[in-house]
Amino acid sequence: MRAAEIVMAAALMALSIYFMVHATVLPIGWARGQGPGGGAFPFWLSLVMLLCAGGILVRELMAAYADRGGHRGFVSRGALRDILIVAGSLLATIASIHVVGAYVAIVGFLVFYLRVMGRARWRTIAALAVATPVVVFFFFEVALRILLPKGITEPLFIPLYAQFF
Amino acid sequence: MDVLTLLAEGFVVSLSPLNLAVVIVGVTVGLFIGAMPGLGSVNGVAILLPMTFLVPPASAIIFLAAIYYGAMYGGAISSILLGIPGASTAVATTFDGRPLAQKGKAGLALIAAAAGSFVGGTISVILFTLFAVPLADVALAFGPAEEFALVLLAFTTFVALGGDDVLKTIITIVLGLVLSTVGLDLISGQPRLIFGDLPGFYSGISFLVLAIGIYGVGEILWTIEQTRHKPHVTPARIGVRDLLAGLRSLGGSVKAMLSGSFLGYFVGMLPAAGATPASLMAYGVAKTTSKHPEEFGKGAVEGVVAPETANNAASTGSLLPMLTLGIPGSPTTALLLGGMVMWGLMPGPMLFLEEPEFVWGLISSLYTANFFAVAINLALIPLFVWSLRMPLHVLCAMVIVLCIVGGYAPDQRMHDVWLIAVFGIAGYLLRKLDYPLAPLVLALVLGPLMEKSMRQALISAQGDPMTFIERPISGTFVAIAVVLFLLPLVRRLRRRLAGSGTPASGRTSA
Repeated sequence: MRAAEIVMAAALMALSIYFMVHATVLPIGWARGQGPGGGAFPFWLSLVMLLCAGGILVRELMAAYADRGGHRGFVSRGALRDILIVAGSLLATIASIHVVGAYVAIVGFLVFYLRVMGRARWRTIAALAVATPVVVFFFFEVALRILLPKGITEPLFIPLYAQFF
Repeated sequence: MDVLTLLAEGFVVSLSPLNLAVVIVGVTVGLFIGAMPGLGSVNGVAILLPMTFLVPPASAIIFLAAIYYGAMYGGAISSILLGIPGASTAVATTFDGRPLAQKGKAGLALIAAAAGSFVGGTISVILFTLFAVPLADVALAFGPAEEFALVLLAFTTFVALGGDDVLKTIITIVLGLVLSTVGLDLISGQPRLIFGDLPGFYSGISFLVLAIGIYGVGEILWTIEQTRHKPHVTPARIGVRDLLAGLRSLGGSVKAMLSGSFLGYFVGMLPAAGATPASLMAYGVAKTTSKHPEEFGKGAVEGVVAPETANNAASTGSLLPMLTLGIPGSPTTALLLGGMVMWGLMPGPMLFLEEPEFVWGLISSLYTANFFAVAINLALIPLFVWSLRMPLHVLCAMVIVLCIVGGYAPDQRMHDVWLIAVFGIAGYLLRKLDYPLAPLVLALVLGPLMEKSMRQALISAQGDPMTFIERPISGTFVAIAVVLFLLPLVRRLRRRLAGSGTPASGRTSA
């Protein structure tokens, strides 16, 4: 837990420095008779964040040095596996939307997730994998007229467009 | 009675067939979301907000408010039947709701919870109706300086009353504010913080992207880690006899209901407090004022009624500052505010003058939502019991699909979907380390208002920062903010002085 605290504090410090560098593109000073410039708000607030994260870092390092508190783990091994599977499959799904489109990606995600994480029966998986894209299609594309990305599967949808638009 | 005329006109709006249907669907969906362990009102509103593009803006807000309401009722269902709070707001309901269920009185507990929620909802909506106009009138006199001071005050309540690590609270507030400045500078129109010219950042970071990330993806990761074994569902069947017995036993809980309603309403108005602390406080008050305090924790009906009254009252209470001042009283109302801004309905005192139909339609819809919530809740209890048996992973998979598709829909950019994944994973990690996330969402929603009002006030005062202190109302807000900000420091010093001999006994929660 303590190592995670230290890493997070350091990451937040790095993030605030990154924000500060980008904020200096606009004036960060006080324009006479006008108040702060366009970059001031993000710059000085990022500085506050840097100082607070620094405070946490120092506090945790001192505590680690004094070594008080238990060695509670950040997550258990089993939970870590689950978290990695969910986060990984989410990222993989989003990435594959760019290539094969939302519908194939979503079906792929459902089959993988429900089988590996949920240990669902194939009948449940099949029902959800068919029903979900159909509901999504009618709700978003037909009712709301919001076209989801299709990637290389675009040609397959042309007959459907002709039918519903 | 001017208020009654306005309310009557509101009912004309909220009783239209579309809005009535919207309320019924919203309340039912809210009940399910509240009943599902892991999902609460804020998750439901975040995930379902993109779905509301189907109806006009006013109906969309009414729908989201109905979800908020229904979720407050629904939270009790899993608290009682599973012993796991369906939402953090229903934690206190488990204390006595679970023992009642284990004694075979689950039906009684569910009825008591529903009745308490109904009373809390009704009393608080009446209070809301009475307070809204006077408060909006006061707020009409606010200029940019007062707006800035008020936002500042809202953030300092998190530092003083949030009960979390002060440094971590400041970090998440400031992070939210910085993220809100991404995009074009409001005053000069120049791009800033666009991170190597990524075109997706020019229009800024939408509150919805952050909310879906944290309350959708992040919540799923959190739930998956926390729930690692199958819960046991206590069966509950409710007949007419249970209903009558339940209602009869409520006679002894009138005091708990009244104190819960008022406590919940006023605690709910504070941005940092809200429904969870309100329900815990109401439980404590009910226990100390009860004739039989020894029954609490072993299945006292009052112990179910008090927190359920308070959390419903708090949800109405948190709508008051959102609608009249433009300062949300809870994360869920922050999302409602973001949604309203997105649809061009700027909350604040002007809304009462410019869109009275919408405002009073929304207020009157709270009355109808309250009515339908209690009716649907009691009628569909067998269905909720059945739905609690739904495998967790089916729910998780559906939520993730909704996050992806719903995150894409508003602006049709894959950029937003990637951001949702990043915010979700980062939000989960921050939450693991006890960084409070509610201030982050609130800061992103209020950030543009805060910066704009500060710079407008300074421009009109020719750059003189004393304007925030010299104007009486703004000066008062700033003074209270400073006091609140220093409160944790004072508390710490006092503890150190008082117990200088004994070693520190850990952090006390506020």
